[in-house]
Amino acid sequence: MMARHLRRKLWSHALTALMGLCVIVVLIPFASIVYEAASIGGPVLSPTLFTAGLPAPCSPVNGVVCPVGGIGPALQGTLILIGLAALISVPIGLAAAIVASEYRGRFLGLAISFVADVLTGLPSIIAGVFIYAYFVIYYPSIVYSTITGALALSVIMIPIVTRTTEVALRTVPQELREAALALGIPKWRTTLQIVVATALPAILTGILLAVMRASGEAAPLLFTAFGSRLGFTGLTNPIEALPLMIYNFAESGWHNWIQLAWAGALVLILLILVTSLLSRWTIQRMVRRMRGG
Amino acid sequence: MFLGFVTAGGVVLLVLIFLILAVLIAQSEPAFRAFGLEFLVGTRWDVTRQVYGVIPFVAGTLITSGIALLLGLPLALGAAIFLTTQAPVAFRGPLGTVIDLLAAIPSVVYGFWGLLVLAPFMRTTADPALQRYLGWTGAFGGTATGTGVLTAGVVLAIMVIPTISAISRETLAAVPASQREAALSLGATSWETTRVASLPYARAGIFGATVLGLGRALGETMAVTMTIGNHDAVPTSLFSQGQSIASLIANELVNNTGPLQYSAIIEAGLILLMISLLVNVGARLLLWRVTGSVGSEAPR
Repeated sequence: MMARHLRRKLWSHALTALMGLCVIVVLIPFASIVYEAASIGGPVLSPTLFTAGLPAPCSPVNGVVCPVGGIGPALQGTLILIGLAALISVPIGLAAAIVASEYRGRFLGLAISFVADVLTGLPSIIAGVFIYAYFVIYYPSIVYSTITGALALSVIMIPIVTRTTEVALRTVPQELREAALALGIPKWRTTLQIVVATALPAILTGILLAVMRASGEAAPLLFTAFGSRLGFTGLTNPIEALPLMIYNFAESGWHNWIQLAWAGALVLILLILVTSLLSRWTIQRMVRRMRGG
Repeated sequence: MFLGFVTAGGVVLLVLIFLILAVLIAQSEPAFRAFGLEFLVGTRWDVTRQVYGVIPFVAGTLITSGIALLLGLPLALGAAIFLTTQAPVAFRGPLGTVIDLLAAIPSVVYGFWGLLVLAPFMRTTADPALQRYLGWTGAFGGTATGTGVLTAGVVLAIMVIPTISAISRETLAAVPASQREAALSLGATSWETTRVASLPYARAGIFGATVLGLGRALGETMAVTMTIGNHDAVPTSLFSQGQSIASLIANELVNNTGPLQYSAIIEAGLILLMISLLVNVGARLLLWRVTGSVGSEAPR
């Protein structure tokens, strides 16, 4: 009797320890990535890294000192691509979310929720293939350009903005809408000035999430933005992006390019971790406020 | 006016999915004409003879995603159970947040790390050990070069863990305390409580999370392209270099040797789209039914 009890207890403790071990194992790759990025890319972090151009490829042989260069063109390209993609995707995403949340019950609303959900699972490379194939047929001269890059990223961002905004709008208490409508305020003004205004922090968080996701994407840019050592030279020309640079430099084998790729990875990780933590904090604060706490 | 504007935005979203399908279907027509259903069962991708079959890439995609779930699911679930029921309360939030943040790291960074850190480790340490102790299974034959389907699968496992873990934690945390307290009051140990009270309750949610993780693994491009070895043949061992549908597109779409190969690559992309739409619709329906919400708020 006693032995059986002891065995069950031991079994339970053993499994608990094993599950604790899972947590540690899960965190090992993360620690390794951060360590590598910080130890290789960290030493070249400086203000000039963000502005200097991409260096010529070089490996230190026979005492040659390699130019470090910077990620200026890649950073600039990412900012331009993301800015344009946000200009396209935010209005569409907001509009779609308002239909889905405020004009529910209509077939359109349900369809939007579902399609947005499904599209968030679209493999990001398919977004690139779609834009590439479309432009190859209709506008072959600008297949590799800032425009196609921004469009491919907006295909990824639209469903994310739609989903997060829809969720945000639904957290707004129904009483607020009813009170506004009871005062005779038209539905569209209620939606904009009461519902959207109340949910604004969470909506902005959603947009931030979409921006964050898109700024790390390389796959949809492989055959749209394409990459360019020069940075931005016009909307119809190819453009560099930080994730594209990391991909190309990682496989290059050149010493200074690989170092720069780690530095780029470090910058990207830091950027994304900070925005991610910031958005979490905003959501938590908003949820607390909604509950009247 | 306002309703018209927002409706237009909604319509754009709906049109988008049909437009994607239409463009891919139109562009894959030449390949479909040339090979018909042979394309779906063909095991050769021969650029010089212009014979294209998609099986090498379907195999590469399914094997790497299978490895990802096999390794990732137990780890994600173990971590999720530990963090919802066992860990000191003060650690639960912060540790959970750290694991969730792993999902926000760009896939190109995982690929970069996989290529320069994991692949050398696999070649010098993990692969020889596997060959020595599990070589009898026949799955670990050939020369281990570091890159290959196994390495790509391991990177994918690391990438799906946060997805699976986040939603599993959500559903496990939603188990009513009374369920667990009832089991505990009957003298169940803490593992028995988890097994009889928590897991059955959260089963559907965990399953949905797993399918969502699978969806992410199937369509992952950069991390796989950088670690799978990019070889257009059906893998014969877990050390084989291979190619997934996504890595095929990344490597060969722009460098295609002619319209037929271009069309065949687009058709492969269409198949990837179909598979991932199916998997995602399935996962969403499951999660919708279980929780009434979906895990898409978590950063990916």
